[in-house]
Amino acid sequence: MIRMNQVVKSYTTGKVDFTALKGIDLHIRKGELAAVIGPSGSGKSTLMNIVGCLDIPSSGEYMLEGSDVGQLSSNELAEIRNRKIGFVFQAFNLLPYATAYENVEVPLLFAGAKAKYRRERVIELLSRVGLANKVSNRPTEMSGGEMQRVAIARALANEPDVILADEPTGNLDSKSGGEIVKLFHELWESGKTIIMITHDNNIAATAERVIKLKDGMIDSNGLKARTSA
Amino acid sequence: MKIGIIYNVFLRDFRKQKKRIALTLIALVWGTISIMLLLGFGEGLHRQMTVNDKGLGEGIAIVWGGQTSIPFKGMGKGRRIRLNTDDLDYIKGRIPEIKEIGGQYDRWGVNLQYGDQVISEHCVGLTPNYRQMRNLNPQMGGRMINELDLKYKRRVIFLGDNVADRLMGGDEPIGKQIMLNSIPFTVVGVMAQKLQNSSYGGMDENQVSIPLTTFKAIFGDPYLDNIVYQISDVSRNEEIEKELYAVMGERYKFDPEDERALSVWDTVAGKKEFDQIMFGIQIFMGIIGGLTLLIAGVGVANIMYVSIKERTREIGIKMAMGARRSYILTQFLLEAILITFGGGVLGMALSYIMTEGFKRIPIESDVLDMMGRPTISLEIGLLVIVILSVMGILAGLFPAMRASSVNPVESLRYE
Repeated sequence: MIRMNQVVKSYTTGKVDFTALKGIDLHIRKGELAAVIGPSGSGKSTLMNIVGCLDIPSSGEYMLEGSDVGQLSSNELAEIRNRKIGFVFQAFNLLPYATAYENVEVPLLFAGAKAKYRRERVIELLSRVGLANKVSNRPTEMSGGEMQRVAIARALANEPDVILADEPTGNLDSKSGGEIVKLFHELWESGKTIIMITHDNNIAATAERVIKLKDGMIDSNGLKARTSA
Repeated sequence: MKIGIIYNVFLRDFRKQKKRIALTLIALVWGTISIMLLLGFGEGLHRQMTVNDKGLGEGIAIVWGGQTSIPFKGMGKGRRIRLNTDDLDYIKGRIPEIKEIGGQYDRWGVNLQYGDQVISEHCVGLTPNYRQMRNLNPQMGGRMINELDLKYKRRVIFLGDNVADRLMGGDEPIGKQIMLNSIPFTVVGVMAQKLQNSSYGGMDENQVSIPLTTFKAIFGDPYLDNIVYQISDVSRNEEIEKELYAVMGERYKFDPEDERALSVWDTVAGKKEFDQIMFGIQIFMGIIGGLTLLIAGVGVANIMYVSIKERTREIGIKMAMGARRSYILTQFLLEAILITFGGGVLGMALSYIMTEGFKRIPIESDVLDMMGRPTISLEIGLLVIVILSVMGILAGLFPAMRASSVNPVESLRYE
């Protein structure tokens, strides 16, 4: 599903070159639940941006379902983000002026879905995350846990294969954080591939596989640990 | 499909920004009203001046006799050229482009008496076609001097409206007898009030007119004071004036190039010059209005830029959700164009209501008689639409290009 060969990502900020990823080899199979851990600045977010096709590698190869992401046009990348990937962010990243309903509708709009389908789909998704009664609430009228559930519903809108979650519980209290983690597990059981960045070792421990990053390199990819155990 | 996407997203987001859009609209409405009213004011002034100009007559020239200044065929210079009634038919017969021609005698200090009232006025003996050439139109119930008056040398008189007021007060003048240098005349008409911004020998409202033939019989003037002719094709005014010199030069034996043998006041040439000045004034006003509108346009661009800054994160979110760069570009461009057009249309509608409303306010004012009232013409409307379109596209394009070029990773991190 996801395969990386020697992926390098470097940025130029002013006159200083900074290499965030220094040659990542990674293979994630369909249906995996992988947690990505590592200290700040280890390249977790950069890795996520590349996996999510928000950014492309400086060198190396990233194959997503057999297509080389580095070779795709900006429109094709947009299409992949729209159909194949669902994003869940630490800061929720909901449109502040829009209701829960309208936020979930965004990916469906960009996919060009018909109005009737959009309506049914949004209601279905919000019911699934337990927010059927908050359809017309704006983000300011919801708790953090509720906002993150809206974001998850939005990530699921176009039935993507991969859900990318960047510290999804980072801004939540432990109770609602636990609920969100539970929701991810349900999605995993329904067959989604889930990649989750986290600081929280307890959450990482619930994952099928833990990928540890350090200084832009993979410290452990979670496979050896499992075979040795 | 793609258009549908842009439309759906655009419509939804647009509704969410009412306050920002309302403020931008006000700036544009203001700018549009400024340019519309300034141009409308220029147009109103032009029209009013044109109306006032018609007070003297349309497409006419006035000819006076002069003195030769070039020796011609053995005759020295300084010879007087005088006009008489025979010249009228002579000129008309030789220059077919002349639509109407008439002549007049003038006499100042003529005594007019009605009852106890005696006043001293300017009296003109003229031909009936002065009615159309010089716009000497009678008020209701009266008439101008006519051909029969001329033929029978009738003692009939046509009064300027101001003279009628001063001489007869509130009395109905038509059919009344008045004395002109102690000779009884019958009043047949009073001139309808008109605006006149140029004259020779005084304003028409302050003179009295009698038939040319009657004038000659009473006062015995051998020569006409001047001749007035009217042409139908005003674009040929200079040509016809040259022909007049040629025809009269042949009749009175002077050099057709001798410009002092006759003196001609060609009001058509004056009108052309006047139109050019008016056009200049309108360009000037257009520039002032255009600059005001430009400020509004800069305001739109500015607000779009600020809005993009504020919505950087939103753009990042949309891109993460699968928005193409072109969707973002179109959305912002459409927003700017729609605001510009909305403000423009609203401004134009308000300007129109304002000018129409102003026209309906019944103010009697000498200033308004001179300046006219703001008038919005089709040309002004079209011009403003063109300016608004260009501005809307420019004010939207640059911010939109900026918006669509943001890096999704950075904009998601943007606080």
